[in-house]
Amino acid sequence: MSSTSNTPTHHTSTIGAIGAPSRRNTELALLIFAVAIPVFAYANVGLALNDAVPAGLLGYGLGLGLLAGIAHLVVRKFAPYADPLLLPLATLLNGLGLVAIWRLDQSRLLQSIGVAGGKATNQLIYTAMGIGLFVAVLFFLKDHRTLQRYTYISMAASLVLLLLPLVPGLGADVYGAKIWISVGSFTIQPGEFAKIVLAIFFAGYLMVKRDALALASRRFMGLYLPRGRDLGPILVVWAISILILVFETDLGTSLLFFGMFVIMLYVATERTSWIVFGLLMSAAGAVGVASFEPHIQVRVQAWLDPMHEYVLSRTPGVTGVHSDQLQQALWAFGSGGTLGTGWGQGHSELIRFAANSDFILATFGEELGLAGIMAILLVYGLIVERGVRTALAARDPFGKLLAIGLSGAFALQVFVVAGGVMGLIPLTGMTMPFLAYGGSSVIANWALIGILIRISDTARRPAPTPAANPDAEMTQVVRPS
Amino acid sequence: MSELTLTVMRLGFLAVLWLFVIVAVQVIRSDLFGTRVTQRGSRREAARPQQAARQQAAPPQQRAQQGGGGRRGRNAPTKLVVSEGTLTGTTVALQGQTITLGRAHDSTIVLDDDYASSRHARIYPDRDGQWIVEDLGSTNGTYLDRSRLTTPTPIPLGAPIRIGKTVIELRK
Repeated sequence: MSSTSNTPTHHTSTIGAIGAPSRRNTELALLIFAVAIPVFAYANVGLALNDAVPAGLLGYGLGLGLLAGIAHLVVRKFAPYADPLLLPLATLLNGLGLVAIWRLDQSRLLQSIGVAGGKATNQLIYTAMGIGLFVAVLFFLKDHRTLQRYTYISMAASLVLLLLPLVPGLGADVYGAKIWISVGSFTIQPGEFAKIVLAIFFAGYLMVKRDALALASRRFMGLYLPRGRDLGPILVVWAISILILVFETDLGTSLLFFGMFVIMLYVATERTSWIVFGLLMSAAGAVGVASFEPHIQVRVQAWLDPMHEYVLSRTPGVTGVHSDQLQQALWAFGSGGTLGTGWGQGHSELIRFAANSDFILATFGEELGLAGIMAILLVYGLIVERGVRTALAARDPFGKLLAIGLSGAFALQVFVVAGGVMGLIPLTGMTMPFLAYGGSSVIANWALIGILIRISDTARRPAPTPAANPDAEMTQVVRPS
Repeated sequence: MSELTLTVMRLGFLAVLWLFVIVAVQVIRSDLFGTRVTQRGSRREAARPQQAARQQAAPPQQRAQQGGGGRRGRNAPTKLVVSEGTLTGTTVALQGQTITLGRAHDSTIVLDDDYASSRHARIYPDRDGQWIVEDLGSTNGTYLDRSRLTTPTPIPLGAPIRIGKTVIELRK
């Protein structure tokens, strides 16, 4: 090594400590694996339901493979040092979602109530649009720090997105939750996009304000208590999330929005007290709103006693909204047991409405069993882990906060949906990222993965060769030795 | 479809799904433990032929300088370690390159510290391979041991260089 040092060419040598190999080939291998698993599942569904390999196998397999291949080539070209796991993990989930949606499409019961039939093709189109947005993110967003410039525009945009469902004539009330807007024949869930835009705003805002929020505090009972005036931002965000809860009657969006802010606040300031405050405030808000909002009360009732709801929904003469969905989902999980009934052999279509969107996890629970659900949750966990890892590796505070915010929002969404379907928390109207049927969700989550890949590319890229500094040369000449 | 085939497929699918998860975790594992050391070694190996070629082409007086650099003793530091501050544990291999410290994003070590200037200090080897620290006109100063730097100063092995809340030192 000593022979290479001290030469005038030393500026060309790079620092070995930071940076990793690009690992694009690892990604390709995993991607092939991730496409092969859904193809296997697809064949399995066909064999179980119709005793024949489904005719669409080649189409769906090639479609998914082609999309994954395009995404891989774009990553290879525009983000060569990106994390090798994010893309295959997302592809696997998307592919498994396609299979489950196709499997539910085959159910006559669901077809008769208009929930299923041809949905898998739609989902494949949404996936293509999602990959399109993913490609666009990588192509146009050459450096994630440019997003920092749009901090306050993002704030305005996210408020607009969150408020859109309340606009009369545009918002659509789908079974009590007003989180949809309908444009022509399409319905869009703006909250899915709002979570990305909000993460950009929070990251830009907290990067500037975190010192004030972290330093000025008193210590009390092992907790750092922030000053009263520093509570301002968290109170504002809390108030907005409560307003969402009251007017859109959607616990999921509200929780996601507030939870993401608390996570990012905690990461930015390293103060545990924010988490304590956040939990107390969200609990108080949720309980307070639930005491007067009937839609939330129905959801809480269904959560506390799903069997009672089931009985009420079957009792003639009982008025009011009573849904047997949750009880059916719990039975689906139960009948799946440890190893599941096998693809295509469950009866999760009994969930009826939203069986292929909000409740799709129940299909996996029934047909793949606890073992399958654990694997799927682990895949989600790995995506979040890679996001957090990206945040750790990122060298700029904005990138760190953005990566944490996005992966935190992703994790919260998985928790809120899985918790709701499994009866851990009251059910909300959010969808399982990548698995569930729904255009907004798939498209927004591919954009989210795109941004994470961009940040991870910047973070893992070997440090650039320092530019030759003319001052340095002069100093060396002038300096008396 | 016979019951047996379906059972085999069901278990086979779960096995494949878990295999994917395990492979993914293996990739993370190699990312955590494997890359840094092997990568640093392999890149240096890869860089050597280029360096050698460049040395061939270098004019004679430059080669004379290299000879001077090659005479570094056994006490030459090989890495820079951050021992205090938010970046604690960060190491940078010393390979003859100039290391810049500051809050600017293009610094080698980006200091996340209110007391650091954007271009705070730099550490570079002089012709004899002795590592020198130089304050680049920072507001709050750079300290070697207890004294504030005014001129470029050679760094003894293990001496703490303090910038704001960050302390770095050179180690073998």
